[in-house]
Amino acid sequence: MAEIIEVPSPFCGIGTDDLTVQVDGVALKVIKNGCAVNTPAFEQAVTDTSPRVDGKEVSFDVAVAKAAALLKNTNQPVIGGCATDVNGMRALLALADRSGAVVDNMNFTGARNNFLALQDSGWMNTTLAEVKNRCDLLLVVGIDLESFSPRFFERYLWNEESMFLADTGKREVIYLGKAPSGNASTSPSGQKALVFECANEALPDVIAVLRALVKGNPIRVDSVGGIAVADLQAIADKLKAASYSVVTWAAGALAYSQAELTVQTLSEMIKDINNKNTRSSGLPLGGKEGDQTANQVCGWTTGYPARTRFSSGFPEYDPYLNDANFLLNNGEADALVWVQAFNVKAVPPATDLPIIVVGRSGMTFAKEPDVFIPVGTPGIDHAGHAYRMDNVVAIRLKKLRDSGLPSTADVLNAIEQAL
Amino acid sequence: MLIKLTGGAVYDPASGIDGAKQDIYIQDGRIVNKPTGDFKVDKEYDLTGKVVMSGAIDMHTHIGGGKGNIARTLLPEDHRQDPVARTDITRSGCGHAMPSTFVTGYRYAEMGYTAGFEPAVLPINARQAHMEMADIPILDKGGYVLLGSDDYLLRMLTAKKDQKAINDYVAFTMQAAKAIGVKVVNPGGINAFKFNQRKLDLDEQNSHYGVTPRDILRVLATAVKELGVTHPLHVHGCNLGVPGNMDTTLNTIQGIGGLPMHLTHIQFHSYGTEGDFKFSSGAAQIAEAVNKNKNITIDVGQILFGQTVTASGDNMRQHANHKHASPNKWVVMDIECDAGCGVVPFKYKDQNFVNALQWAIGLETFLLVDDPWRIFLTTDHPNGAPFTSYPHLIRLLMDKTFRNDMLATIHPEAQKMTTLASIDREYTLQEIAIMTRAGAARLIGLQDRGGLSAGNWADITVYTDNADRQKMFEKPDYVFKDGELVVVDGKVVHTKWGTTHVVKPDYDSSVEKDLQAYFDKFLTMKLNNFKISDDEITEDGRGSLTVHPLKGDVA
Repeated sequence: MAEIIEVPSPFCGIGTDDLTVQVDGVALKVIKNGCAVNTPAFEQAVTDTSPRVDGKEVSFDVAVAKAAALLKNTNQPVIGGCATDVNGMRALLALADRSGAVVDNMNFTGARNNFLALQDSGWMNTTLAEVKNRCDLLLVVGIDLESFSPRFFERYLWNEESMFLADTGKREVIYLGKAPSGNASTSPSGQKALVFECANEALPDVIAVLRALVKGNPIRVDSVGGIAVADLQAIADKLKAASYSVVTWAAGALAYSQAELTVQTLSEMIKDINNKNTRSSGLPLGGKEGDQTANQVCGWTTGYPARTRFSSGFPEYDPYLNDANFLLNNGEADALVWVQAFNVKAVPPATDLPIIVVGRSGMTFAKEPDVFIPVGTPGIDHAGHAYRMDNVVAIRLKKLRDSGLPSTADVLNAIEQAL
Repeated sequence: MLIKLTGGAVYDPASGIDGAKQDIYIQDGRIVNKPTGDFKVDKEYDLTGKVVMSGAIDMHTHIGGGKGNIARTLLPEDHRQDPVARTDITRSGCGHAMPSTFVTGYRYAEMGYTAGFEPAVLPINARQAHMEMADIPILDKGGYVLLGSDDYLLRMLTAKKDQKAINDYVAFTMQAAKAIGVKVVNPGGINAFKFNQRKLDLDEQNSHYGVTPRDILRVLATAVKELGVTHPLHVHGCNLGVPGNMDTTLNTIQGIGGLPMHLTHIQFHSYGTEGDFKFSSGAAQIAEAVNKNKNITIDVGQILFGQTVTASGDNMRQHANHKHASPNKWVVMDIECDAGCGVVPFKYKDQNFVNALQWAIGLETFLLVDDPWRIFLTTDHPNGAPFTSYPHLIRLLMDKTFRNDMLATIHPEAQKMTTLASIDREYTLQEIAIMTRAGAARLIGLQDRGGLSAGNWADITVYTDNADRQKMFEKPDYVFKDGELVVVDGKVVHTKWGTTHVVKPDYDSSVEKDLQAYFDKFLTMKLNNFKISDDEITEDGRGSLTVHPLKGDVA
């Protein structure tokens, strides 16, 4: 039995790296600084250790050969999931390049709300240490932050001391859209967050009015989406009065049509505030299950985020047409490779096509895939790198145990070699 | 395997050889003396009529790190203009302004370059810089770690810590980030922007710390020198792009008091305020100061006309410059109490007065600085232009007629504001070899690179002499990397992986005690998780580390 300290987590997206994990053989127990997201993800038991072809246990080499044979006979394979570490993504992109596949990260449809805004007009953003030391006003838009990241407030807002705030407990928190599910956003001295609820679908109007108020444009209604314009005016005033306000949202939680326009309006509002003689920054949430990692590695390898096809021999990005589910449902694909090294519950979408799953040990299937190769998890079974939500910090993941499970990169490199 | 390169005209400034016909022998990746006694040549290349130089070294090019990847993500429409298909030996990707990593390696090699150095490695983003550079094939690489707007250093200055403590911190950071140099960007200005300061002159105080850029430059330049790091402090000065900033630059040169200092992309810092448009060339004054102060080295950051993207750590100036974004989209970030970045697409136009004069100012600088060992050929890729424009730039420097023909096409008012037409100088092949090879290796402190004498690694480029220097330099006949033939007739024929160049200056390990407390209290990761370990570079079996000696080390 061993205890490993300062363990970084690839699961929560906010880069917690202060976990203490007890290792007993291949059993893990988070004994310090766990949370509702990290603890079950670390403690997930290893089940399968042998690959399977058509439901029968086979050797690693046989499974790899079968996967390669399946891919050889395809015209348009799709590699979905894309939930792994940096080396796993490197191998995934090499395989996609060789096989002419479409690469699609499973969280891309959510992340697309950010990418479309970024690629149309850009933004001004910040990172977690700046939040921890500078943020005097946090505006949370359309997300229950503490269920998304249980330790966000403890680590980055209610830290005992900050470099530039005399009293971190005096920071203001405002929720717009969703209400918090618990009390994590209440300051240590008991000051509760201000909450202005509205339906998700009302957010475009609410945010548009808020931006107009920041700019000083007249608004001729009294309320929008059930929120009084006077309340929005108060938020606008606070944003302009703050020294370093931070606006946070989760692209995936803005689950309505054309939500990229909401991200864009928020981002343009932040730019406006920076033209009003103060500072403000955005903080898009994300970073779970390798989504930022997939987009970063695909970014430097192809120039594009992780919804990119290689079927023409060179990378082509299309945030809509390269959607794996769209391709599967339209009969445009003829095989699916599903790569998911983090989450046993994130199983491949239902399809009648041949499926190769490179998945975390412990994954179970309604329909047995043609090939299943169980892999280890980055940060548990092997070392690796993963990007945090703020997309700047890559955390160095540790190997915690000897499970004998191969890494995603081991498997995908072997399949590529076999092609 | 013994390789012989026979009968080429060798330009090897490191050995003082200026075009002499000379044979070169290669064995086990290195250049060797002609073997004595009987020996068998396994492979011979007849280089009669060819020009032989060592592989070129780009000492300032943004090839790794977060802001480059933001630039890529920002510009899908630019990539679509230049798709790069996969071949049996090369990976697919994209080119033009901010190429994908694989294409970066191929295209550099195809121009005869064998090494590139990322000048702005944020300590907290150093992993990304190294991971991206690890996916750049063929080239050797390295990075200069960015300090000067990090709150830790500014706190040290406010607390009046002594130089020894600062040296320890700098050395620690260089080792933790796996760097070969230290860079400062808009000294203290990135930090000041977070406190809502929108400009910061050389002697202007940071509103929170009371520290000035001059203070920061002095302690960092001293630290680099006292640690024995060969590459002088690499400085992106105050007031980038601001008309009149040549005075700031001249003050910066005077103020460093003789300490070694490298002023990067100086073209962007050489502007006066004369003329109808209150924008003029300061190149003559800057060049005079560089000529006079032997402690100063510069690279130019030449702009060339066309679409590109600017990616800089200087969030303060990039925020101000966003008004010129073309297309109109841009990103500014504050980063981890460490630094920041700003990414702004630019389209430099020859019929825009300012852009046209920027073009002329860069060229004036090249032509007015006397000593090619102290000036380096850069476009600050991709900020002034993509690195693929180097052959064109070399022709501008080597061919007065071509230069003047180009000059005649730019904005007429800009033509009136430049002395370029009156400058007769044409760079020689030897001077180009100094700027892009021997000088760069010496400046960075690369052992056994940048020269063609025995003992050097066999990074060698062979060109066909051609009066059209652009044609000559864009398509080498052969490029060898560590003795392996990687390019023939300007096309990659074989790929391999280069090494990562670093230095490891010593520090008193007690510095980690303070840092640990600081990380725990104010930052977001554990100090031990911040430090990059050697195996992060080498564990995939492709990367390697090459540690270069410090000044004062016994070679």
